[in-house]
Amino acid sequence: MEGGVVATQGGVCVDLTKMDRIIEVHPENFTATVEAGVTRISLNEYIRDTGMWFPIDPGADASLCGMAATSASGTNAVRYGTMRENVVNLEVVLADGRVLHTQGKGRATKKTAAGYNLTNLLVGSEGTLGIVTQATLRLYGIPEAMISAVCLFPDIRSAIDTVVQTMQCSIPIARIEFLDEASIDASNRYSNLNQKLAPTLFLEFHGSKLSVQEQADAVGAIVSENGGSDFQWALKFEERKKLWKARHDLYYAGKASIPGAHAYSTDVCVPLSKLSEVLTETKKDVDAAAKFLKGHLVGHVGDGNFHVLIAYDPNLPDAVDKLHDLVDKINRRALAHGGTCTGEHGIGLGKRKYLAEELGEVNLDVMRSIKTALDPNHIMNPGKKIP
Amino acid sequence: MGADRAVHVEVPEKDYASLQPIHVSKILAKLAQQEEASLVLVGKQAIDDDCNQTAQMTAAYLDWPQGTFASKIEKTNGDLHVTREIDGGLETIKLKLPAVLSSDLRLNEPRYATLPNIMKAKKKKLDKKTPQDFGVEIKPHMEILKCEEPPTRQAGIVVESAADLVAKLRELGTIP
Repeated sequence: MEGGVVATQGGVCVDLTKMDRIIEVHPENFTATVEAGVTRISLNEYIRDTGMWFPIDPGADASLCGMAATSASGTNAVRYGTMRENVVNLEVVLADGRVLHTQGKGRATKKTAAGYNLTNLLVGSEGTLGIVTQATLRLYGIPEAMISAVCLFPDIRSAIDTVVQTMQCSIPIARIEFLDEASIDASNRYSNLNQKLAPTLFLEFHGSKLSVQEQADAVGAIVSENGGSDFQWALKFEERKKLWKARHDLYYAGKASIPGAHAYSTDVCVPLSKLSEVLTETKKDVDAAAKFLKGHLVGHVGDGNFHVLIAYDPNLPDAVDKLHDLVDKINRRALAHGGTCTGEHGIGLGKRKYLAEELGEVNLDVMRSIKTALDPNHIMNPGKKIP
Repeated sequence: MGADRAVHVEVPEKDYASLQPIHVSKILAKLAQQEEASLVLVGKQAIDDDCNQTAQMTAAYLDWPQGTFASKIEKTNGDLHVTREIDGGLETIKLKLPAVLSSDLRLNEPRYATLPNIMKAKKKKLDKKTPQDFGVEIKPHMEILKCEEPPTRQAGIVVESAADLVAKLRELGTIP
């Protein structure tokens, strides 16, 4: 999503999709080891008879090792975490051809204090430190009950206040996603939903039958207190699937809002305490650029992470410049509020310019030292990630 | 997906090769009568033998109505309205209970068993029976004469020109 695989200096692009064996699944240990080409949906289908799943869902049927290399996240990170929390061990081919096992070959304990945390050094390294060829992942039991709900709010602030209060009440909500009016409109058209146009939250609760009811009641109370309404329940599997597919298809729905458009998505993540302000200010910027592009605000608000899906006609004069302006404003605002320019999409090519401000020179120097130690000839995905 | 109680009718390995829908349907029919069931629900067609016979035969043995290839089932006033996927489109029929139904792919999406339920299932009742318990003998009604893989694909022949192609095809007898 940020040009991470583009060979800007020439070179060889390695396609590992045919390396697709599921090496082993250990239900009692809650782990599965897969090769680079195995995708998350094919793993989940393979292990379905164990009653387990790998919940991280970035929307696309991505390869699990690719997800590890980019520190992927998804709509249920608020409950299950991102790849950082769910990769136990990685087999990585280093720049000099040596094969590294980040937690030791064949080891997959729930926790370890041995050595440096090389697993999480490699997670999110976007191919700059090595090529991930195998990953051992943490599995979870499929929850006994799952229910989804949709509710509407009079404005963005009341929706976000609801999110913040839900998190403060420590309700173990599985998914809590915000969609602004533009996103709802796009979804109605693209995914055949029939939602009223208003700032909306899509919610999902996981747990035993009793705990799911308890969570839903607690959140229902918070929603009412904040002026939310029109609570709709999606109980049947097929209804829930339709709802979340619509959410995941927002990139395409947003793109389709202007025929022939190109699309770009921002990915800022800010502390929850700043989310309401950042979202409201961002919406103002999006509205100000309405003549040139169409912005849709959507996101994993439980994590403080949201995307502005921007559709634009590349042939419209000044549209591309306005796009770059808007994206820059959004990223700089997030940084100014103690946030990051990327919650989950990665740095790749496009966001290197923000790293100095976000991380500071000492951090960049340390990263450069690590990079040089592992890849002295700078052959691994050069020009990416670290400026 | 899952059940609170199950019956496992064990078929020994040596008999499995001769097990056919006719045997399975006799067993299911007897079981349905013993359990005083009002509905027998099976898949429409297994992917190993591709027979699409069990539902129909079970209904015949029970002398019950059948709704096969069901993509939608609704109960209205004690009757079942079953929408069936057929060649021409959709056919909706009305059946009285008890009945035998076979499911089509479009009926619903399978729900995977959850881990808590899998753990609970270990404590649920599983009765083991044999075909003999239902008065059924797995006697083969068919004899498999031959089973072979399709012939391995031969390498193609590269020709130099269109004229050569035509000459080669004539030589192989594929064109007059």
